[in-house]
Formats: sequence, C-alpha cells, structure tokens
Amino acid sequence: MSYRALFKLVLFRDLKIAMRHRDDILNPLLFFVMVISLFPLGIGPEPTILALIAPGIIWVAALLASMLSLDRLFKADFKDGALEQLLLSSNPNFIWVISKIIAHWLLTGLPLIVISPLLGVMMQLSESSIYAVMVTLLLGTPVLSFIGAIGAALTVGTNKSGVILSLLILPLYIPVLIFATSAITAASMNLPYDGQLAIIAALFIGTFTLAPFAITTALKVSTN
Amino acid sequence: MWKWLHPYANPATTYHLGQKLTPWFGAVSAIFLIIGLTWALLFAPADYQQGDSFRIFYLHVPAASLSMGIYLGMAIAALCGLVWQLKLSDAAVAALAPIGAVFTLIALVTGAAWGKPMWGTWWVWDARLTSELVLLFLYLGVIALNNAFEDKQMGGKAASIIAVVGVINLPIIKYSVEWWNTLHQGATVSKLGKPAMSMEMFWPFVVCFLGFAFLVAYIACIRFNTELLLRNSSRPWVKALLTNTQSEK
Repeated sequence: MSYRALFKLVLFRDLKIAMRHRDDILNPLLFFVMVISLFPLGIGPEPTILALIAPGIIWVAALLASMLSLDRLFKADFKDGALEQLLLSSNPNFIWVISKIIAHWLLTGLPLIVISPLLGVMMQLSESSIYAVMVTLLLGTPVLSFIGAIGAALTVGTNKSGVILSLLILPLYIPVLIFATSAITAASMNLPYDGQLAIIAALFIGTFTLAPFAITTALKVSTN
Repeated sequence: MWKWLHPYANPATTYHLGQKLTPWFGAVSAIFLIIGLTWALLFAPADYQQGDSFRIFYLHVPAASLSMGIYLGMAIAALCGLVWQLKLSDAAVAALAPIGAVFTLIALVTGAAWGKPMWGTWWVWDARLTSELVLLFLYLGVIALNNAFEDKQMGGKAASIIAVVGVINLPIIKYSVEWWNTLHQGATVSKLGKPAMSMEMFWPFVVCFLGFAFLVAYIACIRFNTELLLRNSSRPWVKALLTNTQSEK
C-alpha cells in the first residue's frame, strides 16, 4: 500500500467513525463555549475588563477542550485491537500516526477556530484581535493535538488516564499559551505580532516532525 | 572502550557497587555540607546591598542548578533505557524523579523567601520562576506516570518517554534570564570564566554546591538500590541477600 493510500485510508476511517458519534465532536466544542461564557458571568460584563482577559480565557478554554477530546484519540482503537494491527503493519508508523492526529485536529481543532470569532465578539474583542485569535488558533491547535497525542499514547493503557493526562500535557502546552496570548494582546494594541506567530509556527513544525517519534514509541510501550 | 561497563548491566553487580559507594557519598556530603554551610552562613562577608539575607543564595543556587542537573541526568538515563533497553535505567529514572522534585521545590521555596525582602513579593510571573515551576510539574508527571501502571516495566518506559520529551524545558530555564529581560537576575556563577562575585563569597558556594551534589548522589544511590531490590525481588541474588542478612542476625 502506498503511503498516500494509507494516509487517506486512516484519515477517512477516523473521520467516518467520528461522524457516527457526533456527540464526541460536539461535546468539546460545547465545553469550549460554556467555559468562555462563564467568565463574563463570574467577572462582570465590563467590556474593557473582558477585552483585557479574553485572549487568556479563549486560549485556556481551547487547551482544556483539546485535552478533553484527547482521550478518544487512541482509546477505541486500543480497546478493539486495531491499534496493535496498525503497529504490526509493514508500513511506517509515522504515516498513520500523523493521519490520525490530523483527523483529530479536523474534528476538534477546526470547529474551535470556526466558532472563535463569535466568542471574540461576545468577549468585546476588537476586529484585529479577533483576527489574531483565529490565526493563533489555526497555528496553535495543531501543536496542541501533536503534543497531546504523546500524552494520550502514554496513558492509553491505564484506567485513570484523565488526571495523569492533564499532569503530563498541560506543562508542555504552556509555551503555546504564552506566545498565543501575547500575540493577541499585541494585536489588541495594534502592535505587530509576526514574531509570536513565527514562534508558534516553529513550534508547529517542531512538533509535527518530532512528536510522531515519541508517539510511536509510547504506543509501542502501551501495547507492549 | 565501553567493555568495562558491561558487567554493570547485571543488577546484582550494580547493587553491590551502589552499596559500596553509598557510605562514601554520605560521608563526603556531610563533611562538605558542615564546612560549607558554617563558612557560608557564619563567616562569609555579608553583601553590601542585601546584607545577611543574601546568604540564602548558598541554598537557593545549588538547589536550583541541581534541580536542572538531576533532570538532565534522569533524561539521559531515560534515553539510554529507550535506546539500549537497559532495565536499570528505569530504576534510575524512578529513583531520580522524586529527588529532583524535592530540589525544585526547595529552589522555589527559598527563592520565594529571598524574593520577599529583595523584590517585595513572594512570587512574580517571571520567565525563570515560571519555567522552574513547569519543571516541578514535569517531575510530578514523571512520578505519576511511573505509578500509573500495574506493570513496573511499562510504567518505567512510559516515564522515560515523558522525561525525554520534557528536556525541551531545560534550555528554556537556563537561558530564560538572557532571552527575556525579567526580574530574576542573570547567572552569578558560571563554569567558565570568573564569577561575578568576590572570591570570599565564591569559595563557600563551591563547597556548599559540592556538598549538595554529593547529597544528591547519596540519596540517589539509596533510592536506586531500593528500586533494584523492588524490581528484582523474585531473583535468586536478592533472596540470597535476604538470607545472608538474616543469618548474620
């Protein structure tokens, strides 16, 4: 099987499975919207304060939503044995690991980006900030998926994976959070934020190329 | 060239080496710490600006640099374990992680205690403080993952992977004070080049640092040997060890 065919096969298979469990796509998205809409209620509807804290809130909510959905990434395949078969296949593990993560991002990262302008308006962000939110989410959420997949692969064999997953992954999410929020803050002050975007893009390229190594090793350990 | 290392792949040989080294590390550490801490806390000159409160430096800096050093050591052990499938490395990772976590905590607590009189605040969200806090989380993640699996071998391997991934944080901590202009001061002591402090203050630091480094080696040896016994508890050499100690009594 050619690499391209394998890539497509796993991608469409994962998308098809997800489409048959639509709740799994919707729930993290609803969680994202719910968490963000709690903050104006908790802090008060003052527009200047909301605009000030919005970048942080949107990004923290995105981190949590992405973490919430990670558990699903390998669990079902691990339970029914498909994961072992994929590992045993003669094709490089790289291809289908990347394909699975891209499918995961299409299902969880992309909806966040699509809905983020609406939330930006709700949080009283200016137009340029909303654009920055979308760009940072576009570059940043794949990083979250790739880093998160390492944690998901490590904990797929344990029963209490939820808590440990957050302990493992959240520290590694911090750089993305820092640079993304600083980019949005810069955008809200009409300052250039290309530098921060370049760093997030570098993180993306770095995790895209290196994380699959860690993920395949971790999957091999988890499936024993 | 590396042939002399081969016998130490056997847990029993390594265990006996560790048993031999442990008292030495303990004694050297005790001597250095007694001399170093008395010298540093009682006899070294007070700082012209910070007065006596700078003396926490002699605890804070060794703890902070060792917290990173231990992580590096743990990550190297983890990488060796992943590449060459050494079972001893898993024991080393499990032994080192809690020590590193405690040293990171000491660095953070002494830093807070030092920050209160000098900066006027216990904590700032400064790059170095934040990255040191992340280091603590990474250690806790390694410990948690080690305990998450029923099978000790799987836990050890999983913890090794996350330890290697977390290495990315080390250069960030090390260079945070140079990359970002923040409240935490730059390095006063570096391996190469003259330290940015007077020699009367510097030498007690060296003694203290060595004392703490040997303390780490001492605790690491004890923990490593305990881990070895735990992981090999069904092996004949451990049973022989047990019957020997019982017959001595």
